Amino acid sequence: MLVLSRKAGDTIKIADNIEVKILEVKGDTVRVGIEAPKSVEIVRGELIQSIKETNAESLTLDLDWYKNLKDNK
Amino acid sequence: MTPQLKEIATKFHGKIEVDLSKAWHFPKGLPGFEEEEEFVILPIGENEQFQVLQSTKEAGVAFVVANPYKIVEEYDFKIDDPTVDLLEVKSPEELMVLGIVFIKEPFEDSTINLQAPLLFQTNNRKAKQMVLNDKRYLIKHPINKKKLDEIKEKTTSGKSE
Repeated sequence: MLVLSRKAGDTIKIADNIEVKILEVKGDTVRVGIEAPKSVEIVRGELIQSIKETNAESLTLDLDWYKNLKDNK
Repeated sequence: MTPQLKEIATKFHGKIEVDLSKAWHFPKGLPGFEEEEEFVILPIGENEQFQVLQSTKEAGVAFVVANPYKIVEEYDFKIDDPTVDLLEVKSPEELMVLGIVFIKEPFEDSTINLQAPLLFQTNNRKAKQMVLNDKRYLIKHPINKKKLDEIKEKTTSGKSE
């Protein structure tokens, strides 16, 4: 992993079309601005993690419950 | 389209023959299930509210899905550009929307994922679970309206009607 130290106002360029800017550092929170082409997907890391977990949890349905659903119109 | 019949193993339906020309192709899989790229939608008996999204490759990967608009009538969101590109969406009419249901016991506690809806492009049969950068909708939205009201009541407790 590449590790860089940056200050508020500093930027990081990724490839030739993505720029990450450190907007503000306040206590334990860093505000980050990202400029990227519209085709680039940007999602909070913990959000995608929660969705992965919920997807996995949703698979735990057992056959009994399936039968309940089946009989329940 | 000519039918491509294939026997697959499923979680709830045993071994069945499906028509792969009617399968849905998830080019990127689903979050946490990136390897699962092909699914079919199967009925749950006579139940009209729920269906199963079954992987054609892994019998164990089968999600219960439901029409989110039956649960939240005013459900609305913007489809982001990467999704429009991936699914080659030209108009919203081409899309079918479903939500993954997390069935819990008791059944009234079950939830639907409104923060990451499943989008199906009905012309080319490409599909994607799109993550909304939108805090209005929950990953675990109660499917039972009474439960939702209870939660809302708790979060606004102190205010009298």
